[in-house]
Amino acid sequence: MSAEIRQDVVGDTSRAPVSQIPKLGKKATGEAAGYIGGQVSATIDGHELKVPLGTTILEAAKSMGIRIPTLCHHPDLCVAGVCRVCVVEVEGQRTLQAACAYPITAPIKVYTHTQKVRRARRHVVDLLLSEHYGECYTCVRNNNCELQSLAKEFGVDFFRFGHVTEPRFEIDSSSYSVIRDPNKCVLCRRCVRTCIDVQEVGALEASGRSIGTRISTYLDKPLGEVVCINCGQCINRCPTGALHAKDASDDVWRAIEDPTKHVVIQTAPSPRAGIGECFGLPPGVPMTFQMNTALRLAGFDKVFDTNFSADLTIIEEGTELLLRLYKALVAKEPVAFPQFTSCSPGWVKFLEHFYPEYIPNLSSAKSPQQMFGAVIKTYYAQKTGIDPKDIVTVALMPCSAKKFECNRPEMDASGFKDVDYGLTTRELAQMIKEAGIHLPDMPKSDFDDPFGTRTGSGVIFGAMGGVMEAALRTVLELVTGKKVENLFENANIVPVRGFDGVRYVELPVTEVSPTVEPLIAHLVPNWDFLKGVTLKLAVAHGTANAKKVLEDIKAGGPFSKCHFIEFMACPGGCLGGGGQPIPTSPEIRAARAKAIYDEDAASEVRKSHENPAVVELYREFLTDGPCGHVSHRLLHTHYTPRGKYID
Amino acid sequence: MLVGQQQRLSDEIRGLVERYGRQRNALIPILQELHAAHASISDFAMQVVADELGIHPSEVYGVVTFYQFLRRESQGRFVFRLCRTISCDLAGKARVARQLENDLGIGFGQTSADGRFSLEWASCLGMCDQGPALLVNEKVYTRVTPEQVHQIIEECKATFGAHARQVAHA
Repeated sequence: MSAEIRQDVVGDTSRAPVSQIPKLGKKATGEAAGYIGGQVSATIDGHELKVPLGTTILEAAKSMGIRIPTLCHHPDLCVAGVCRVCVVEVEGQRTLQAACAYPITAPIKVYTHTQKVRRARRHVVDLLLSEHYGECYTCVRNNNCELQSLAKEFGVDFFRFGHVTEPRFEIDSSSYSVIRDPNKCVLCRRCVRTCIDVQEVGALEASGRSIGTRISTYLDKPLGEVVCINCGQCINRCPTGALHAKDASDDVWRAIEDPTKHVVIQTAPSPRAGIGECFGLPPGVPMTFQMNTALRLAGFDKVFDTNFSADLTIIEEGTELLLRLYKALVAKEPVAFPQFTSCSPGWVKFLEHFYPEYIPNLSSAKSPQQMFGAVIKTYYAQKTGIDPKDIVTVALMPCSAKKFECNRPEMDASGFKDVDYGLTTRELAQMIKEAGIHLPDMPKSDFDDPFGTRTGSGVIFGAMGGVMEAALRTVLELVTGKKVENLFENANIVPVRGFDGVRYVELPVTEVSPTVEPLIAHLVPNWDFLKGVTLKLAVAHGTANAKKVLEDIKAGGPFSKCHFIEFMACPGGCLGGGGQPIPTSPEIRAARAKAIYDEDAASEVRKSHENPAVVELYREFLTDGPCGHVSHRLLHTHYTPRGKYID
Repeated sequence: MLVGQQQRLSDEIRGLVERYGRQRNALIPILQELHAAHASISDFAMQVVADELGIHPSEVYGVVTFYQFLRRESQGRFVFRLCRTISCDLAGKARVARQLENDLGIGFGQTSADGRFSLEWASCLGMCDQGPALLVNEKVYTRVTPEQVHQIIEECKATFGAHARQVAHA
């Protein structure tokens, strides 16, 4: 099962020659295995094991507990076999073979650390270092660099083939989100495989040939000028410091140290599930409340929970969905269906570039980050009597695209830049370390009022299917008048959860509530129009999967009949975001998802419309209700058709 | 590029895609045809090709920059490629090279002002036993002597339409 899921999320074979597609990345199972015999014997370093035909030497060795070093190999990506760090000796073969790219098809004897192998690997690392410029202690990846680890593992004590002493390439810092430093690039092409296979964006590809080979953008243009969705998945998979996020922490420190500034930080759900990894904890240990204490110690004036605005997003986006349904079913007006979520700024930019004709389908609701920024600089400023010009809003996000999002020119509904700085999980971990704090040792403390209530519906935004689940908890309850707990056990809408790339769910609405909640009573007279309607929903994560869904919609397939589709740019949703700790793998993402669902289950309030802070906001401030004038001005936005052609 | 030119080029590429199909392996034949027709592959053309084949412009750019015979900048009507490998070197490549530079009036890597001739080095042409080897567009000359260079250039000049500067579409 797990192998099937991986096929969907990653391992896209679209770049393989047609003749190879059925063979690539699939182990021989089922009929094929039965036909050929299925199992084949592999002897690695004297240990014998039967493995399914087609298993690579690397996989076979791993299952025996034998470690073969790798560099260009990544569990999320297709085989490349370009770095040659994983070479092994295969009996009967004259030359060394790359273990990651050698499928076992006949009984085989492999030696993984003979002298020949060790020397070849050392030379490979020496050659990589001869082209790699950079002093480790000035590198963002110091102590978390795969090249550095390999150099240590192979005992590199001098530069056999020389070493670059001067930078040869300019650092490309044109993007708001992703910085490229080609001096540190070892041409492993993990970013290329990520950008093309996992994300279908194609911002990065190898150009030139031989010693002139570089990883470049189209026409070698700066990253900020080409089609890049800023998702940062390339950063998460880069083995060195050649790709990293644009760090805003210096600006944030400056704001903290400025006594005239009131610095507030909102923290998204996913960083909590991941930040522990930066402090040596295993993946999936939530650090929510320790982080609150640490942030106050570091100097932030207020620590808020993005869950508040996630709940706000649900109310706005859910109302928008109900209004679209009402328009389509009752008023028979032409409405763009399915409605797409707009929380993921990477996905939004993907749509703007590749499918601008579907912009009307995108929910006009801002993402939680931007909603919070607008609310802080208006409602919160009023409430506390602080001049919004003195408020600095910082957003802790698992995301590099959020840095781009907060710099979008239209994001100034409050009259100021709604969110001043976006920080990634990695950058905040660095700031906490700089402040001399060991996060896991911190006592726990709660979020600040007035947005203090923790809700589970906001937390699960971090996981794939989370926005959908949170929206359903609210929409179903409003429409049916029944507690979601009566419809789904513990209000866990399990059908929309999971890690497969695309998920399609149908929910029939069999009965409707006789009354309409006062909050939206002015928008729909009753729910009768939804009686007997089957809600068709879908969830897709990773923009390669998003592309599949959009192509299906274009072709009039089953997804075109959907009402609501959640799209997330990153595999696994936000918890696998481009700002999360490095490394990433399916296992790490699953552990983080568990932390997120545990926090949801432990929350007192698990439905957005029951969040008292949200209810109060509508009572005191957004008095004309969801999708009303005030909320439209502050909480909704518009999008830019960008297209994919560049001059 | 003017809108009309873009439209014409897009139509041309669509025609090539009809012929070669939309698989990835149609990419190189399409690029070769484009190159043959326009003497270079424009930035716009790469994007159209990518769009038509359902791949990304960066991938097309990767292929175009990989192959010596696919160029982004336009070249002369006649491209002279002299083999620079060791056996041609031993066979007297240096004198041929000097003669080419003199007669064409350009250095290696350059194109003449009238747009007729380009001169560049080639990696091994596979004519090691018959060096020095010279490739002019698609025609191979072997055992080239400095004396022959003049004659080869005259042959080019006498070709029908040689005076017409090849019009690049960029």
